[in-house]
Amino acid sequence: MSTQSRATARPGRSGSGVALSDELAARPGRAKARPGLRQRAELSILLGPAIVVFVGFVLAPIAVAVYYSVYKWNGFGPLTDFIGFGNYRRALSDPVFQKSIVHNLIIAGLSLVIQLPLSIGIALLLNRKIRGRTFLRLVVFAPYVLSAAVTAVMWSLMLQPDGFADHVFKAVGLGSFVQTWLGDLHIVLYTIFVVATWQYMGFGIVLLLAGLQGIPGELREAAALDGATAWQVTRMVTLPLLGPTIRIWIFLSMIGSLQLFDLVWIMTGGGPANASSTMATYLIDKGFRSYEFGYGSAVAVILFLICFVFALLYQRFALRRDTQGALTRMVR
Amino acid sequence: MAAIAVAQKKTKRPGGQIAGPRSALGNALAYAVGVVIVVITVVPLLYVFLGGFRTTAQINEHPSGLPSPWVWTNYSDILTSSSFWHFLLNSALIAIVATTLTVCLGAMAAFALSRYTFRGREALYALFTIGLLFPLTVAALPLYLQLRKLGMLENMWGVAIPEAAFSLSITIVILRPFMRAIPGELEDAAVVDGTSRLGFFWRVLLPLSAPALTTVAILAFVTSWNFYILPLLVFNEQIHFTLPLGVATFQSQYSADTAKVFAFTGLSMLPTLFFFVIAQRRIVGGLTGAVKG
Repeated sequence: MSTQSRATARPGRSGSGVALSDELAARPGRAKARPGLRQRAELSILLGPAIVVFVGFVLAPIAVAVYYSVYKWNGFGPLTDFIGFGNYRRALSDPVFQKSIVHNLIIAGLSLVIQLPLSIGIALLLNRKIRGRTFLRLVVFAPYVLSAAVTAVMWSLMLQPDGFADHVFKAVGLGSFVQTWLGDLHIVLYTIFVVATWQYMGFGIVLLLAGLQGIPGELREAAALDGATAWQVTRMVTLPLLGPTIRIWIFLSMIGSLQLFDLVWIMTGGGPANASSTMATYLIDKGFRSYEFGYGSAVAVILFLICFVFALLYQRFALRRDTQGALTRMVR
Repeated sequence: MAAIAVAQKKTKRPGGQIAGPRSALGNALAYAVGVVIVVITVVPLLYVFLGGFRTTAQINEHPSGLPSPWVWTNYSDILTSSSFWHFLLNSALIAIVATTLTVCLGAMAAFALSRYTFRGREALYALFTIGLLFPLTVAALPLYLQLRKLGMLENMWGVAIPEAAFSLSITIVILRPFMRAIPGELEDAAVVDGTSRLGFFWRVLLPLSAPALTTVAILAFVTSWNFYILPLLVFNEQIHFTLPLGVATFQSQYSADTAKVFAFTGLSMLPTLFFFVIAQRRIVGGLTGAVKG
């Protein structure tokens, strides 16, 4: 151990080798003591608090939820009513929960089909050297730093029947499109998607812009010199090189879609008639409004598994190739 | 070689000139899109701020009108009531505690994971990264049960500590490669000067890691400041509410007094927007840099 650490340290020292020779001679004695008690003490000081907090508040709750999930339990008193996978069966066969999953998937799908191309397009446009680019970047990003709760209240105010949004539609001659945005069973989910887009799209655009700025200009110049049109350069050079950023975008967007809660909870509470419920609102609704903690735990475990499996598969198959990206640097 | 390149450049010139008008068109499009984005982003914010200067009667009569006359009482009522300041203070306290915890624990753990060699190091690191794979929302109900068992409900620590715990993953993932990249010679020099490893951490590594520490601090602070679901579950008494929770509650409590809701919502956005404008470079860089690595 000590010889190994000295061997790796040595190349760096070669410049000041003479001055260090005394120190080196003195080392073996100290180095013997170090890997033992002293290093262990240091490590427990450094890592102990983080491990306690992380295990106690991230891992343990999930583990405990697995335990609760096989009981019928109202949150009070001892766990006695063991029902095995009963809660899981009940959740997966509950039409409301199924609907919630579908809603999450619709939001995720819409993000991919609408937000992503739109974000890429806007990022490509804003990547031009136009005046006020910094200002635009600032404005685009601003909604992202607002609390989702504030965004939800703000849009609830604007989307009131015969409210601001309706007046804007009428003013531009689209009065016939006006809906009861948050009250119509068939509209409400899409309304929420629009609000989510308002809040989160700017982040994606800035992320993509940062990715675009990482692509060396020479590559595009070279392609242009070879006779490629602007569109060809974008399609054959820029977009493939933007691949890693796009894959990160998709990852964040999917995880975000799966956990959608704040906006929905404040704007509609999952209603009307569960038309906008998501997995997370279903979870809170069951766990807290009906005090079904055993059942709620089972739903939480299902949600956790969906996120976890998606994240692992996505990393394994989509992100693995990318060398950049914090999410991919799990094991080095 | 050079001659060929020059020749090619010359022959391609016409193409370049064709690209001229096209790129002018592109620029025009970019400006148009820029204007649309600014309008879509700013109008809702302005609408809320201006709504706070109207009366509920004005709003009901003309939802999209301007204040006439301008009314200051909505804002002044809220600013002189204690609840807004309570919410603000609670949010700030929780965010500061959560950020401090995240940065301290994260930096210590990242130091151990980056500059010590010990068995199980990579496994431990992988364990910490699990937190990246699921968001706190997913764990909210189990977390609530856990906090109840520990007697941490109605307690700001019950919000701040779990927030810090969930921020630890991204913090360690950002800090570890950063600390690893700091040259070993510096550590050796510090040892020669008679410092312990912990001394090196405190006096050399931490100051050098300032940019990465700022990034993770911003990340933790913004996350905590805007967090809704955990305070919602942990706090029942209004005196403990954070700003996001306060806004949502205010809306349902004062639904008849729409103008007040506008003013309250507007005021609660101000601190966020203010800090964003001041530190926008760091915030944008921090939030996007964090996921880009």
